[in-house]
Amino acid sequence: MNIKQIFLLAACIIPAYTPSSLLAGPGEFTGYVAGEVRIFPESATSSKQGEAQLSFSIQPEYFKDWDDGNQSLTIVPFVRLDSMDPERTHWDIRELTWIKVGENWEVRAGLRKLFWGVAESQHLVDVINQTDLVDSMDGEEKLGQPMVNISFMGEQGTLDMFLLPYFRERTFPGEKGRLRTGYYIDTDQTQYESGAEKEHIDWAVRWFQSLGDWDLGLSHFSGTSRSPTFSKGIDSDGNSVLIPYYALIEQTGMDLQATKGAWLWKLEVISQRSQGDRHQALTGGFEYTFVGVMDSAADLGLITEYLYDDRGESAPTPLESDLMVGVRLALNDEASTDFLIGTIVDVNQQNFAVSLESSRRVGEDWKLSLEGRVFVNLPEEDPIYSMRRDSYMQIELARYF
Amino acid sequence: MKLLKYTIVLALTFILLPLTGFAQTPEEKGLAIAKEIDKRDEGFGDSTAKLTMTLRNKAGRESFRYIRFKTLEVKGDGDKSLSIFDKPRDIKGTAMLTFSHSIKPDDQWMFLPALKRVKRISSRNKSGPFMGSEFAFEDLGSQEVAKYTYKWVLDEKYNNLDCFVLERRPAYEHSGYTRQIVWVDQVEYRIQKVEYYDRKNSLLKTQTFGGYTKYLDKYWRPGNMEMVNHQTSKSTKLEWKDYKFRVGLKESNFNRNSLKRAR
Repeated sequence: MNIKQIFLLAACIIPAYTPSSLLAGPGEFTGYVAGEVRIFPESATSSKQGEAQLSFSIQPEYFKDWDDGNQSLTIVPFVRLDSMDPERTHWDIRELTWIKVGENWEVRAGLRKLFWGVAESQHLVDVINQTDLVDSMDGEEKLGQPMVNISFMGEQGTLDMFLLPYFRERTFPGEKGRLRTGYYIDTDQTQYESGAEKEHIDWAVRWFQSLGDWDLGLSHFSGTSRSPTFSKGIDSDGNSVLIPYYALIEQTGMDLQATKGAWLWKLEVISQRSQGDRHQALTGGFEYTFVGVMDSAADLGLITEYLYDDRGESAPTPLESDLMVGVRLALNDEASTDFLIGTIVDVNQQNFAVSLESSRRVGEDWKLSLEGRVFVNLPEEDPIYSMRRDSYMQIELARYF
Repeated sequence: MKLLKYTIVLALTFILLPLTGFAQTPEEKGLAIAKEIDKRDEGFGDSTAKLTMTLRNKAGRESFRYIRFKTLEVKGDGDKSLSIFDKPRDIKGTAMLTFSHSIKPDDQWMFLPALKRVKRISSRNKSGPFMGSEFAFEDLGSQEVAKYTYKWVLDEKYNNLDCFVLERRPAYEHSGYTRQIVWVDQVEYRIQKVEYYDRKNSLLKTQTFGGYTKYLDKYWRPGNMEMVNHQTSKSTKLEWKDYKFRVGLKESNFNRNSLKRAR
């Protein structure tokens, strides 16, 4: 609950330094409320898990700027209530950010979400924010990260420096949730390499430049890894559990995109040193878009990415030598209907997962999203073997305000 | 003798010079008009404006888009622009940064607020619909002279205005059109109407312009536009509001950092 103390502290400090002009006008309130239903057609591997999951979430956003738009405050809380998994009933401050903009620099402080990289199938280079795995199993949902970030912009590109004073643990589905590991993950026993545990001060630096058709980013991160490894243990009730361990890492990354007509060529490479060992991983591939297919307004994109980790089968990721193939269809209609169908195939093991995501606007303020995943032929030694019966279908209806 | 010869040549040159002006080919005249349109817009510096798009389908059902634009004039190249989407609400905060060029493809980045992700996107999709409307990306882009080849067709009255009628053909690859017919008034060089012909050279859309207002005593901007698609019977109306010029936008307002916090 340390993170909550930080929010309280921030909530006390920010108003103290708030100029009266900020308090003068009302800010801007936006956001959404959403209802979600998940159906698991196959019975669960554990009797504690269920077959249907209903949840409700809300993410309001408050924004206010002053000083001619050169300073702003954004607050984005998030709450989810879940019928099946008490761990999925949770709240978070996705963002609580103060930004000050100068001529060639920006200072951003608070809890922030950011994104580094170019790939679609996995985000190797993107190491700043912790993944909110209890919200979404695809790893795209992130927790807000406490930070101070200074950004300098010039002819030679953009240089960002980050000080990250506090670590946030990854969230995982609980015992009653689906899409989890076989033994559930006991976050009460989390271990750290750093003696300072969550208070270890991490830092990162990133340089970014666009040169014609090329977009290049170079980054380095030093601190506690956002991805844990696991060891077997026993919880207070004597159940076998997995205990997360967060090592200290030094990770250097590069992301590169070449935009050549209808082709987007993408590459992400990392080199990471952790507990005396160094390993490399990469994601590389392309996206090609057919514009106006079959005389319609629709665009059809083909995505292919190869995912590689030089630790091979011993890598703590299911993506050690895999091929991702995807098709993106955007109808470009009034409802912004789109579909993304993707599959990840393990090149050596022939197991695969298929996913479908689709969404469209309904009326002016509603959005309907569909998501499905099917796991096929998972071998026992695969890190996601426990999800072999967790193929699911999910429908979400959100109202934006 | 020699001197006399030179004198005659010189005299003839001066006599014939203005005549070559009259003997302008339709292509030369078309290009001259296009250059004049461009010239009259030179020096605006930077501007901001708000746009409401009303999309109307065949059944008459309407949906709305609210977008704000920031534009920076770039001498010798296409303009830089930032478009920020306010409505529909599910895409609020989405923003697009465009560095337009006359012939080579534009550079374009999109910010997706839910993922906090900036994506460099292909600008190949010029012919695709903008936000599901009847306007294609190329209809709303920066209209540089070099983007088309021109031919003057005739002079005629349109909306009680004496107009030049030009035919222009996209010079860039991947346009959705073979040609466009453009009506420009002869006094202020404001575009009044454009007819768009698809790749099969049949009439696809008609765009009309209205509510022109003069800013900074020089720059004309339309208050509204309407695009009617003759093949689908759908239409899109644009209403421009709050035009402001020379608000002090700089290069530094048009980069990935400013894209991320555009709202």
